[in-house]
Amino acid sequence: MNSDKALFFQSTIQPTNGSDSMSQKEIKQKDITDKISGEMNDIKLSIIDLDFYYGKFHVLHKISMDILVNRVTAFIGPSGCGKSTLLRCFNRIYELYPAQYATGRILLDGYDILAKGENLNLLRSKIGMVFQKPTPFPMSVYNNIAFGVNLYERLSRRKMDERVEWALKKAAIWDEVKDKLQQTGTALSGGQQQRLCIARAIAIKPEILLLDEPASALDPISSLKIEELIDELKKDYTIVIVTHNMQQAARVSDYTAFLYLGKLIEFDDTQRMFTNPRKKQTEDYITGRFG
Amino acid sequence: MDMSLKRGAVFDKLFYHSTRLCAFAVLLVIIAIIVTLIIGAWPALKKFGFGFLSSTAWNPVTEEFGALVSIYGTLLTSAIAMAIGVPVSFGIALFITELCPVWLKRPIGIAIELLAAIPSIIYGMWGLFILAPLFGDYVEPWFTNHFGDIPLLGALFSGPPMGIGVATAGIILAIMVIPFMAAVMRDMFEVVPAVLKESAYGIGATTWEVIYKVVLPYTKIGVVGGIMLGLGRALGETMAVTFVIGNANRINASLFMPGNTISSSLANQFNEAVGEIYTSSLIALGLILFLITFIVLALAKLLLYRLSKQEGSRT
Amino acid sequence: MIQSNFDIKLYRRRRIFNYVVLFVSVLTTIFGLFWLVWLLWTLIGQGFQYLNLDLFFKATPPPGSNGGLANAIVGSLMLTIVGVLIGTPMGVLAGTYLSEYARYSKLATLIRFVNDILLSAPSIILGVFVYEIVVISTGHFSGWAGSLALSLIALPIVVRTTEDMLRLVPNSVREAAAALGAPQWKVTIAIVYRAAQSGILTGILLAVARISGETAPLLFTALNNQFWSHTMNEPIANLPVVIFQFAMSPYDDWQHLAWAGALLITFSVLTLNIIVRLFLRTPKSSY
Repeated sequence: MNSDKALFFQSTIQPTNGSDSMSQKEIKQKDITDKISGEMNDIKLSIIDLDFYYGKFHVLHKISMDILVNRVTAFIGPSGCGKSTLLRCFNRIYELYPAQYATGRILLDGYDILAKGENLNLLRSKIGMVFQKPTPFPMSVYNNIAFGVNLYERLSRRKMDERVEWALKKAAIWDEVKDKLQQTGTALSGGQQQRLCIARAIAIKPEILLLDEPASALDPISSLKIEELIDELKKDYTIVIVTHNMQQAARVSDYTAFLYLGKLIEFDDTQRMFTNPRKKQTEDYITGRFG
Repeated sequence: MDMSLKRGAVFDKLFYHSTRLCAFAVLLVIIAIIVTLIIGAWPALKKFGFGFLSSTAWNPVTEEFGALVSIYGTLLTSAIAMAIGVPVSFGIALFITELCPVWLKRPIGIAIELLAAIPSIIYGMWGLFILAPLFGDYVEPWFTNHFGDIPLLGALFSGPPMGIGVATAGIILAIMVIPFMAAVMRDMFEVVPAVLKESAYGIGATTWEVIYKVVLPYTKIGVVGGIMLGLGRALGETMAVTFVIGNANRINASLFMPGNTISSSLANQFNEAVGEIYTSSLIALGLILFLITFIVLALAKLLLYRLSKQEGSRT
Repeated sequence: MIQSNFDIKLYRRRRIFNYVVLFVSVLTTIFGLFWLVWLLWTLIGQGFQYLNLDLFFKATPPPGSNGGLANAIVGSLMLTIVGVLIGTPMGVLAGTYLSEYARYSKLATLIRFVNDILLSAPSIILGVFVYEIVVISTGHFSGWAGSLALSLIALPIVVRTTEDMLRLVPNSVREAAAALGAPQWKVTIAIVYRAAQSGILTGILLAVARISGETAPLLFTALNNQFWSHTMNEPIANLPVVIFQFAMSPYDDWQHLAWAGALLITFSVLTLNIIVRLFLRTPKSSY
């Protein structure tokens, strides 16, 4: 299986704390290995020995895993296990808060995005994020979408209209808002706001979508709509989703990572993990012995 | 894309530094004020030394000046204002939070805040034309007749009933400070968690007992802080006082006689002051006032800061 | 009657005391509101009769002749506008620094502390300060000096309310903008300012209301002018100082003009305050 190979090949890479040029050499080596194996082109994000700190608190412990392209990977685990923290490492949104920092490496298409000097804005144009609480900007629906696009491209009015329509269609909300494009984003319902946020993230054409409990603040019907959307979106994007709803993880994801107290306990194909977990802790969590 | 990203970084730095500069400007202003006042007051301070603080002299002709009359007036009028203002503000805050029917709360709250917004010169005019004559015709004679003959106490109420004077100034100040302090106290009282009050009511405490034994201890620091802020305002108030204090450079035992506060001395005399020592003495008065209010306000802030830390640990 | 086993006399005493206290609190509230009503009543009574169109078209007259308050009204408008123009941008930027960049730093605590002291500092001292640095060095009174003094009153108000309003914007909105790749300045200007705009506007309007009634800082800076000023570089007529001068004078027609002017100022200040409090989001009383 893909994940088996992922884990196997990963263990052959020796992570070092050397200079950048050293790791570039290693990465080249990995690329060669990738091309030989063929299936390794499937890896989009490679996390290697990631540690994370809130000030003095050591919150994530030596996490290593691979996220595969055009698949949905779910992070599950009890409250406080670090799944959101891990997700937020991928687009380095933690940089907004001075006391938080990460060590280790995260390779996106071979480049270490945790390296000093990496352009954060460029990174975030490739990795989009949708948050737990819907956060429409205080402007019209149209401008919510246009805001992100304007950061990177100068589009004519007509091209922008097309892009807005495309993004809203992809987020399965176009029909509901096509007459309300000039209305403020905050006037939409909760479920619509969240899909607006998804449209906003998609509009800048990222490669990866990070979803941090996207449906937990929504009613069950909207929640289901989001899940259907995720299933559609994975054809074009690599998706990582954090959820505390295990059934949702089982429905929606291809791969699942179970985290507990900041450590990666198990990472496997979703169906396999839920029917035949390898670790006892995983089984206890899944069967509800602790939450 | 690369150019716009570079531009973004430059703008980031530019924006950051402009906000930083403006924030520092606030610090700069206070420092500049203190330095300027000291420089301006220097000639007078050098000439009179610390005696300036205890001298009641005020003679532009011989160029002898002392701050005592003005300081006395400032402190006395503020004391009167606080003596009247604190209980009244307290009563108003009590009414608004505990007694007031819900439909009345907002209008009264707005009325109080409007009172606080009226410019002080209006209070001054009103005091001069309406309150002072009333005082002079009715109130002051009443006091002089009833208390004027009592030894010691009578001295407070002696003198011709002119209407303007220290007492009138104190009362106008009280009226000005009440809305401000009432608003602060009301805000403090409203922060008390309903659960706390409900548990007290639940064991049968009367409204007063809940306020006195539960709300006040909880908000004690904030209320004191609010009172000190009111005091800071009263000390520095100029226009309301200037109209009715009478601009007399003497200290009198009587509350009904005219006097001067630091701010009214400045308002009345600064533009007419001739000569370096005269002007410099006035600026020295200003420096003293600034220092007094600075200390009072700093203490108030420290108390309120302590309160917010306490709140933080409670929740 | 519910039977109980406590001392009935003690209970009665407590009840009576409670009623007394509550009665007194009602009295104090009436006492407080009484002054407001009396003051406004007098103001309207005295000032209304002297309201006429001349007020807005004729300049201040020498005692004994006919005139208006036009130059003082225009002068006050100019001083207020320039004062706000100087104080607001600085105030908004400073408030932005305190909220967006340095929120929990020791420097920010110091600046907030100093700002609050400036907020409640005696306004006459600000007038003396501006006198020393502007009037003395330029050699004459001027509208610029007056505006500067007013801006020093507006500045701490705008700093305080801007910071408070910006802090109310939840971090999730900032994160959402940053996650799209927007640089910090864009997050602040395009998103955070927009979210807080009504609150920031409230702060600015409250500052305007406050400085339009201030007299003391203008006494030694803008001074006054019996006639029309042609530039801001000379003493300029303004309502508060005119009212001060006219009210304290022994002349009847001057006193009438003072009342009319007082009514005008009070009316505009109260209207501004009512608009702000009823229609915009009110920040906590800035103390």
